[in-house]
Amino acid sequence: MTIGPDSVLVKYVKNRFGPSILDTIIFRDEVTHLIKRESLAGICGFLKTDPLLQFNFLSDIAGVDYYPQQPRFEVVYHLYSIPKKHRLRLKVKVEEDEVIPSVTSIWKGADWAEREAYDMFGIVFEGHPNLKRIYMPEDWDGYPLRKDYPLKGYKDRYNPYGEERK
Amino acid sequence: MSNNEEIATKAITLSMGPQHPSTHGVLHLLLDIKGEKILRANPDIGYLHRGTEKIAENLLYHQFVPYTDRLDYMCAMSNNLAYVLAVEKLLGIEITERAKYIRVIAAELSRISGHLLCIGAWALDLGAMTVLLYAFREREMALDLFEMLCGARMTHNYLRVGGVRYDILPSFKGKCLEFVNLLPQRINDYEQLLTENRVWLKRNKGVGAISAEDAINLGLSGPNLRGAGVKWDIRKDEPYLVYDRLDFDVPTGESGDCYDRYTVRIEEMRQAAKIIKQALEQIPDGRPCVDLPDVVPPPRMEIETNMEALIHHFKLVSHGFKVPKGDAYASVESPKGELGFYIVSDGSERPFRLKIRAPSFVNLQAIDPLCRKGYLADVIAVISSLDPVFGEADK
Repeated sequence: MTIGPDSVLVKYVKNRFGPSILDTIIFRDEVTHLIKRESLAGICGFLKTDPLLQFNFLSDIAGVDYYPQQPRFEVVYHLYSIPKKHRLRLKVKVEEDEVIPSVTSIWKGADWAEREAYDMFGIVFEGHPNLKRIYMPEDWDGYPLRKDYPLKGYKDRYNPYGEERK
Repeated sequence: MSNNEEIATKAITLSMGPQHPSTHGVLHLLLDIKGEKILRANPDIGYLHRGTEKIAENLLYHQFVPYTDRLDYMCAMSNNLAYVLAVEKLLGIEITERAKYIRVIAAELSRISGHLLCIGAWALDLGAMTVLLYAFREREMALDLFEMLCGARMTHNYLRVGGVRYDILPSFKGKCLEFVNLLPQRINDYEQLLTENRVWLKRNKGVGAISAEDAINLGLSGPNLRGAGVKWDIRKDEPYLVYDRLDFDVPTGESGDCYDRYTVRIEEMRQAAKIIKQALEQIPDGRPCVDLPDVVPPPRMEIETNMEALIHHFKLVSHGFKVPKGDAYASVESPKGELGFYIVSDGSERPFRLKIRAPSFVNLQAIDPLCRKGYLADVIAVISSLDPVFGEADK
């Protein structure tokens, strides 16, 4: 099944949220909407409840670091609809010192995924009930998946024999 | 103490794990308990974090396949599959029919071996050791089949971008058929030990129940979601490989408790055996890899006899292949749930960003709602029934 520009995922969503959608990409049969940060919560709420879309399942949230580009980060939401069997990807661009609204009130499963993005990239989700590190120790310095974070270790109390920090 | 004085029970916090035989790996649970009642279960994970996603950004596409083996090490073939599907989606290549069938057989065998371990360890945790020994007996047969496929038992590295690494041996078909014919009888044996067992029922029925709506909202997938009555299986709803040509059922539960998750897994093993049987019958002749010299190195025999093939192989192994710019997400129904790989490519030989949607990680979020208001002993049943694997949850 190929997804064209007339698909409900593209046309219907664009008609409803035209000015909030900055770009729409269809690549390899996957639809991606690049949306404005302010309208994230509104669009997500709509996508979940609209009878034609019914995106009731949040598959994943991924952070991407485009350092040294501006704005630096992109947060990617993978949505799935169990009743309608379709997928949609939302992207939001975030600056390093900006916060992004949390979607935990819409999908409870976003809790850990947002914590992971915070842990790995330092992206702050506003309104998250318990935003703290999930994989790394709480006193860890730095955000490992950022592009300017070194691949090999440096000296600290966890890695006393590592290389010097550059 | 006089008779009319009440015994005060203070709420305390109990640390369960990370070294605990029933937490299936390095799960650290902080349990707020009052007497034996659980007030709150707070999972603390990350003890096995190895930075797999960071590693991936610094490897060539084909070099990352062995790392996926070490995610869910109980069923490595499914992990290989999800990763190579994502890369193939980005490349836009279609693999050969034979490779598709071999992949289905490999993935379903790994589902059987994963579920066998889940049921065995679960029964062991709840005091039925026999089932573990039986389950390992059959798991051993599945591992022998993996050894026939690729020479490895646990970390296979069998699937490659563009197909599978080796064609199946002529003797594999018979051996595999023997196993899938035997398995349903052996599953009957486990069921005889567990399904109607009073202790098993008491420990699992009504324990850790979750409604379908909550399960979807929390992002549960796989047998844990189907146990709650949601009929969602990626193999059926977004068929990949050749699953749309195979006849199988998707079992579901009703009440979403531990017992339903158990019955779903038992039935899934039977269905997996059925799928393998059909795949073995339908498998066509052909190449195990696509004929695409940009991605797939030449066959071993040619490398050893032909100079150009040797150079080609060397070039491909040391430099890798370029993947078009863009991003793609591919997911499969792994034994634990929806396993997805999201790859962002900048057009080079290495992924710019690779995100793993690990089902165990998402499923673990349900521990708190499932354990709340239950007893301490139920926590063991709940963890076993969620079947987390920490290679995957901690990445």
